[in-house]
Amino acid sequence: MNDFIPDPIKQGIARGWRIIDGAALDADRTLEADVVIVGSGAGGGVTAEILALAGLNVLIVEEGALRSSQDFKMREAEAYPSLYQESAARQTLDKGVKILQGRTVGGSTTVNWTSSFRTPPSTLAYWRSHFGLAGFDERAMAPWFETMEARLQIGDWQAAPNENNALLKRGADKLGIPSGLIRRNVKGCWNLGYCGMGCPTNAKQSMLLTTIPSALDHGATLVTRARAERFEIKGEHVEELLCTALQADGVAPSGRVLRLRARHFVVAGGAINSPALLLRSNAPDPNRLLGKRTFLHPTLISAGIFPQRVDAYAGAPQTVYSDHFLHITPIDGPLGYKLEAPPLHPVLLSTTMNGFGADHAAMMRQFPHIAGMLALLRDGFHDESPGGAVLLKDGAGVLDYPLNDFLWDGARRALLSMAEIQFAAGASAVRPAHETARAYTSWAEAKREITALPQALHMTRVASAHVMGGCTMAGDEARGVVDPDGRYRNLANLSVHDGSLFPTSIGANPQLSIYGLSARLASGLAQDITGQPAPRPGA
Amino acid sequence: METNRRSFLKAGVVGALVLAAGGGIYRATQAPNPQRFVLDGEARAALGAIVPAILAGALPAQAAERKAAIAATVAGVHTAISNLPLAVQKEVQDLFGLLAFAPARRLLTGVATSWAEAGESEVAAFLQDWRMHRLALLRTAYGALHDLALGAWYAQPASWNAIGYPGPMKELS
Repeated sequence: MNDFIPDPIKQGIARGWRIIDGAALDADRTLEADVVIVGSGAGGGVTAEILALAGLNVLIVEEGALRSSQDFKMREAEAYPSLYQESAARQTLDKGVKILQGRTVGGSTTVNWTSSFRTPPSTLAYWRSHFGLAGFDERAMAPWFETMEARLQIGDWQAAPNENNALLKRGADKLGIPSGLIRRNVKGCWNLGYCGMGCPTNAKQSMLLTTIPSALDHGATLVTRARAERFEIKGEHVEELLCTALQADGVAPSGRVLRLRARHFVVAGGAINSPALLLRSNAPDPNRLLGKRTFLHPTLISAGIFPQRVDAYAGAPQTVYSDHFLHITPIDGPLGYKLEAPPLHPVLLSTTMNGFGADHAAMMRQFPHIAGMLALLRDGFHDESPGGAVLLKDGAGVLDYPLNDFLWDGARRALLSMAEIQFAAGASAVRPAHETARAYTSWAEAKREITALPQALHMTRVASAHVMGGCTMAGDEARGVVDPDGRYRNLANLSVHDGSLFPTSIGANPQLSIYGLSARLASGLAQDITGQPAPRPGA
Repeated sequence: METNRRSFLKAGVVGALVLAAGGGIYRATQAPNPQRFVLDGEARAALGAIVPAILAGALPAQAAERKAAIAATVAGVHTAISNLPLAVQKEVQDLFGLLAFAPARRLLTGVATSWAEAGESEVAAFLQDWRMHRLALLRTAYGALHDLALGAWYAQPASWNAIGYPGPMKELS
């Protein structure tokens, strides 16, 4: 523990924030508010601040615990179980895709890698043409992105990219592939490289440090370690939300129950959890759309081994990207992909890379010389890329996301592109994350071998840190359960404000898309409830 | 030996049934509160044999250090499983139930002896078979063991020196 970095959460608690830790409850509780928000991540955080600033009595309920900078020790052993859904071991139904999602106050924003992109215009155009979202063009969205960029200090990264990111640019430059620099939501960043384990210096402008404290300073109540089980619905009206308090370890129910009553409810539990809550609640779903069209940016991984030290654990995790392979084919053609670099830490790398025994150990001994590269497939824009469906298994949301040949075609091209760039950047070897791949020592060898790799379930490593969709927002009931104002159709007092609204994947890291959309929807909701123009959050 | 083991592994559907039965029998023999993962007896011995096979080449060479590293990794796997959702703990319990149930062990892993007596190369061979197996259930079981053992080892500072990882900044960690 250090005492030279102020902890704004501890300070807020000392100022009298209203926080109820579900694990500490010794009796069942009934709580009332104007608005109950389920989830404290990108959607819930933004919504909480705007509604609290509008003078509404807000209650936020979060399944994870309240952790802060003094808890963030940059150790994977502690961070994954305490800050991630299912200890960072969440998987799709057939265990074909590993999923990283946050479960802590601030949601995934507390553990993401700070990459900030506005929703690409081509994605918005597709939503307008295919999902009836007429009001969602670049000009209409720009003020909301500007507001949230200012609120969260999103800006150009001033330091040089670390070697892990610089290699992506160097290799791309050699091949004439355009790349760009990633904007980040940080203030006074120490350039440590541990964003994924919670920022120990309070530089990352996550919901934990921005909108949630602001909402709490304006009288909101935060309930932690409480799992939203189901809404009690009568006719078109949500009466209350039943929550299960969890034990301190966040695994098992404590036996205590919370009943949360409000005029209005906002679901912001993130994709998978939001549709699962609505499925458990038997929310109206006349067209059987709920949970469907859930997207992942299915992500392929390539490790490059370089003669020089890369130290991919050190420095801002993501600062360089390339959208080249999103642009060379039509958005509704074969799967395109965005290229980025992931930070590498021992547990993340060792579990992501395939194999075991002497071969795996030899790879790990090269750790400081390994660079990682990611290809995020842009799913959801083609008939053969319909996404997955959230199902209930023992009451918990599980994503059934079958991996088909259309996806494997994209996976193969992505692994080839990454290997070519890594060799162009000077790699002595490239090893795709695939059960039968080896470390290839030339682009010619890699090209031949990767082309022949069987692309199949459990053979090709596929991961996701971007779960989107499942509560599709659309202009009409036949295409989406949520309307363009974020209102859940056929329920008078329920909204959805999170990444589960997206009708397709974004084609970029989604946090800023969620911030901007949620700011727009929350402002509309505040105006509907109060009859006054919504206040704009300021930094 | 190799041929015999492979013929066992062709058991296919029968194997899947044994997998289910193994889990059920194991759960039935456990104390109350079956929801939380329990690691004992042959299940613990199985993990004690699997960890050194997965971490071959990564563990310290010196005997006492190696023993301590294996014990710490087994404990780390146990902790990691205890932090999973209860439904997932049940799945992992079924897997260890299978490994602990001698007929299932012989049928699906080809390991004829108890886990304590199993040789490292024999264990490595069964892991490699599961890794490439046509039954998705066994491939995912391999995947779980891969992630648990490697994750529990590389989470420990004791593993970092050998891979050149300096660890996080001490003043903040």
